[in-house]
Amino acid sequence: MTEPIISATDLSRDFVVHTGRGLRRRRSVTRAVADLAFTIEAGAAVGYIGANGAGKSTTIKMLTGILVPTSGRVRTCGLDPHRHRRELARRIGVVFGQRSQLWWDLPLSESYRALAAIHRLGPQALRARRDTLVERLDLGDFLETPVRQLSLGQRIRGEIAAALLHSPDLLILDEPTIGLDVLSKERLRQFLLEERATSDTTLLLTTHDMDDVQRLTDRIIVVDHGRMAYDGTLAGLVRRVGADRVIVVDLEENAAPLDDVAGTRLLGVEADGLRQRLAFTPGSTTAAAVLAQVSARASVRDLTIEEPDIEDVVRRLYASGA
Amino acid sequence: MSALAVYAGLGWRRWSAYRSAAAAGAFTNSVFGLIKAAITMGAIGAAGGTLAGYDALTGATYAWLAQALIGPVNVFTWTELAERIRTGDIAIDLARPIDPQAGYLAADLGRAAFQLLPRGAPPLLVGALVTGLALPAEALPYLLGLVSVTLAVVVSFACRWLMNLAAFWLLELRGVTTLYLVASNLLCGLVVPVHWFPPWLATIAAWTPFPAMLQHPIDIIMGRADGPEAFILLGEQVAWAIGLLVIGRVVFEVGARKVVVQGG
Repeated sequence: MTEPIISATDLSRDFVVHTGRGLRRRRSVTRAVADLAFTIEAGAAVGYIGANGAGKSTTIKMLTGILVPTSGRVRTCGLDPHRHRRELARRIGVVFGQRSQLWWDLPLSESYRALAAIHRLGPQALRARRDTLVERLDLGDFLETPVRQLSLGQRIRGEIAAALLHSPDLLILDEPTIGLDVLSKERLRQFLLEERATSDTTLLLTTHDMDDVQRLTDRIIVVDHGRMAYDGTLAGLVRRVGADRVIVVDLEENAAPLDDVAGTRLLGVEADGLRQRLAFTPGSTTAAAVLAQVSARASVRDLTIEEPDIEDVVRRLYASGA
Repeated sequence: MSALAVYAGLGWRRWSAYRSAAAAGAFTNSVFGLIKAAITMGAIGAAGGTLAGYDALTGATYAWLAQALIGPVNVFTWTELAERIRTGDIAIDLARPIDPQAGYLAADLGRAAFQLLPRGAPPLLVGALVTGLALPAEALPYLLGLVSVTLAVVVSFACRWLMNLAAFWLLELRGVTTLYLVASNLLCGLVVPVHWFPPWLATIAAWTPFPAMLQHPIDIIMGRADGPEAFILLGEQVAWAIGLLVIGRVVFEVGARKVVVQGG
């Protein structure tokens, strides 16, 4: 297939907001997405990032045909999403982290039977695909438990299996790891990596989690107030905004502010110098070099490294663009 | 298996998951049946032994059949769809490769099929023991009755579907639901048979789909309407079912357009 799996051209979406009541009712237009243009090739893994209200969900709704663009053009899997919503639904799988596509009072197995039927999967195809997903997402223990009794982590795994049951060309995950504990997130990422390694499913992922982006995607698109703010690799973004890592050192005894360590910037001194925070840009120096320099000045009892979080990177990007 | 058949199966299983609720519903229907049979028989006695063609036994039978059918036909409310519209979960329904109205109708027929026996049999059993039932001896009224009850479920679904669609435009549905509940329960013949209505109320009822939900199937099962008359009633039900489903489709399209094009 030569056509990209998603292509958006000058994509915009306005919302009409009414405020006040009666005669004082005012109509104002908010632009949720403005002139977005990007293409995603089949097989890519793209992180779609932005602050709350940046237009991520609006974009996803336009890509899946649940929302019509105010202007511009979008094609998903070679189709006009709004006009061919149902046909498109057979070729994509979507997980909205906050919504469920499972039947609340029935076990997962029943939902899968229903989804297989609406996706016209034969009994054998269903069994084969379901067994694979059950095994790899470890759903076996609760396949017959009503969905309402599942934990969040179990339910999300169930949702992802539901979205992948019909082996879609494109998998769209809208904040899939939201609310999950560290272990559940990690298992989910592991699964997604395996899934992408064994099939050529294209992945579009919105998330607030830096680790999701780092582990799962090879390209990120950042939106800010509906506008494209960045399109490229995560490393490129970090380079561009200089996302610093922070080394926090706990010292054995009080020390003078460590404001002369090469390649770092002193962020703060706590407890009379017992704890100091140094920021450094990956590439210009290394954690080991910083530690060696600090150790030369004072004896280090403990240290932690804080990775830049996605919020922080995005905030810097927003600030640099403004 | 076709997707709609699977949806009907889902409807059945969703409701069969709550067995104690079905039992409680059947118990309530039976208790209210006792009260309604007594009042109906009392009214017929006060009218001199017959009232609009009902004697004490057929009057009681009417009350018991009504109690048996209100569960499966569901003349009460259902707000699942309105809830999904309000929360935005309707987007999930829109993003599925199945027609939403057909899917929900299939699931509702599955629900009705499940409820037919657990909600229908107990009131009839209590009725048979307490007042006796006047039911036809031949098979035809029951066969036509089954068709009529199925159509009644479709008409009831089509009405509830329309009522739920109000959620596309209204934030608060309690007013609409209450109005619907009062109108449907009175005009379908749940309180007293439609045949007892004064002419002006009977005229109003005849212009609504509500008698097609309860009065018609009961008339057919009891053999009050037989031969061509039964088929006229069935025809009326078909007309209401098709008409309301078509209106429901159009209104859904307009509502979905509001969500999809205007954005809620």
